[in-house]
Amino acid sequence: MQSKKDSYWNENIRILIILLSIWFLVSFGFGILLSEWLDQFQIAGFKLGFWFAQQGSIYVFIILIFIYIHLMNKLDKKYFGKRNSEDNS
Amino acid sequence: MDVTQLTYLFVGLSFALYIGIAIYSRAKSTNDFYVAGKGVHPVANGMATAADWMSAASFISMAGLIAFLGKDGSVYLMGWTGGYVVLALLLAPYLRKFGQYTVPDFIGERYYSKTARLVAVICLIFVSFTYVAGQMRGVGIVFSRFLEVDINLGVIIGMVIVFFYAVLGGMKGITYTQVAQYCVLIFAYLVPAIFISILITGNPVPQLGFGDTLVGTDTYLLDKLDQVTQDLGFNAYTENIKSNIDIFCITAALMFGTAGLPHVIVRFFTVPKVRDARKSAGYALIFIAILYTTAPAVAAFSRANFIDSIQDASYESSPEWFKNWESVGLIAWQDKNADGIIQYSAGNALKEGRPKYSSERGEYGERKLLNEPNSANTNEVYIDRDIMVLANPEIAKLPAWVIALVAAGGLAAALSTAAGLLLVISSSISHDLLKKTFKPNITEKQELFFARCAAAVAIFIAGLFGIYPPAFVAQVVAFAFGLAASTFFPVLFMGIFSKRLNKEGAIAGMISGLLFTLTYIIYFKFLYTNLNNADYWFLSISPEGIGFVGMIINFVVAIVVSTYTKPPPKDVIEMIEIIRQP
Repeated sequence: MQSKKDSYWNENIRILIILLSIWFLVSFGFGILLSEWLDQFQIAGFKLGFWFAQQGSIYVFIILIFIYIHLMNKLDKKYFGKRNSEDNS
Repeated sequence: MDVTQLTYLFVGLSFALYIGIAIYSRAKSTNDFYVAGKGVHPVANGMATAADWMSAASFISMAGLIAFLGKDGSVYLMGWTGGYVVLALLLAPYLRKFGQYTVPDFIGERYYSKTARLVAVICLIFVSFTYVAGQMRGVGIVFSRFLEVDINLGVIIGMVIVFFYAVLGGMKGITYTQVAQYCVLIFAYLVPAIFISILITGNPVPQLGFGDTLVGTDTYLLDKLDQVTQDLGFNAYTENIKSNIDIFCITAALMFGTAGLPHVIVRFFTVPKVRDARKSAGYALIFIAILYTTAPAVAAFSRANFIDSIQDASYESSPEWFKNWESVGLIAWQDKNADGIIQYSAGNALKEGRPKYSSERGEYGERKLLNEPNSANTNEVYIDRDIMVLANPEIAKLPAWVIALVAAGGLAAALSTAAGLLLVISSSISHDLLKKTFKPNITEKQELFFARCAAAVAIFIAGLFGIYPPAFVAQVVAFAFGLAASTFFPVLFMGIFSKRLNKEGAIAGMISGLLFTLTYIIYFKFLYTNLNNADYWFLSISPEGIGFVGMIINFVVAIVVSTYTKPPPKDVIEMIEIIRQP
């Protein structure tokens, strides 16, 4: 039982690290630190760095949360079966 | 019907709707009052969270700020949305699993200490009241401009409405009112944005429109805007002025502040299950992103329109909105070269900041100013950034009903956030202070009664803030995030992800984060405002971004203190084990 709990938690942490790295990359990376460099590329009227800062990062945030929901539901199922999270304190 | 009548109609209808919902879904138990009986559907909760979250600052001020800051304004866009990723991944599911009523509840139980709970209550009241003050100013602006009533009367009307549904309905009433308020505010935001996008670029999607070409030309809107802003002596619209490190820190402070804001976190206590908490964070971000991706488009359009419609126009033939906002006191024109023509460019038009009007009218009918003209530049126009979203439909000459709609939307945004904040203040007082600390023997009925009293008192104080606004309200709101980031986020995060952090560490961490951030802000913003520039800042980080440094200090202090004191007791370790599982 102990090891099952631990490996659930470890897989959870791994998912978090991957998703948060992407989160960091698109906002602090593309939107801020690399933004000026990315501005040399242009899509339609947007300079790329500017687009990431004002539009792109937000779209990626949404996608990240939904990937997280999907992965966690799968993980919950794998470790706790169908009747998980039945708490209603 | 003219604009004022239409506004009365729209605002009246929306208020009637909110009160109706409040009566229909009033709270019957403390469980209803604090967490809406934990029966809220994730999509409804997502909408309520979005309305709760998007305040007068988001609806009224943000696009205006971005319009004048250009690319620097991105900090608000990334900060206030990226925080939801942090919240959804690191806090919301676990705090829901914990299953109590308030944020201080979690801190009190996890750090097995009444002191920790008390410190958390103090931080919470501090953060929430600074935030509420900003909402009330928003209500005042909308009322005074669109309904032509006295600001004070407007604030009182707003207070009565909030009183009605927050005190009666508690979290349950607030949640369903917020769903309605979200629909009103997002509709009110999108309609003018779509209209203006079509007018300027021919593209009906504002998010794409502001990267499109101007109608009838091959020039991109943003290129034209870069050109025009540079010609007038501003920085190019799509380039940063602030240093990267400052932008980095402000964005981080806003993100972690968002994740640590108590009134947002408690929203996730209202859903039935852990997986619903995750899901509802996702929906919340979608609903928020609809406004947040539209805002930069609105910003670009309104900046372009604003310059276009007043630059080199004679005051006498200047548009109606210019004179309307002048009479409210949020626009001023000082004819420096006495030619009767409006010249707008970079720099402060007036010497002392805000305009002081004399009772006389000038040669062209403008309101005369008592301020010394600032001879350092040729700019003749003072404009309060807060008015851009509200003035935008008028600037673009949209029909009267759109203008009325925007007024109703602005009120929905301000009231929904105010209600959410007042609720966390009142529940932290009745639940954390009374029930869990000073008067553990009160019955549930008494607790509910005290919760309602606390809500009433909190509304009264918030109203006073609206009638006698503290200086720099808009900025104060930004600081609420710095404070939330430097106090709550580290202890909440470590409370879940570390089994070693103990009560001594948590208390020391929260206090040092709060003191550091508060001192830095007060030093530069209130005591030595003349030193408030990059040369004097710590690592050239502005007071807006210092919450991120405060947060790191909180982490370091908490970890160091914990290392040298006893680890948490066994039952707390067990509790952590439990909240880590869904």
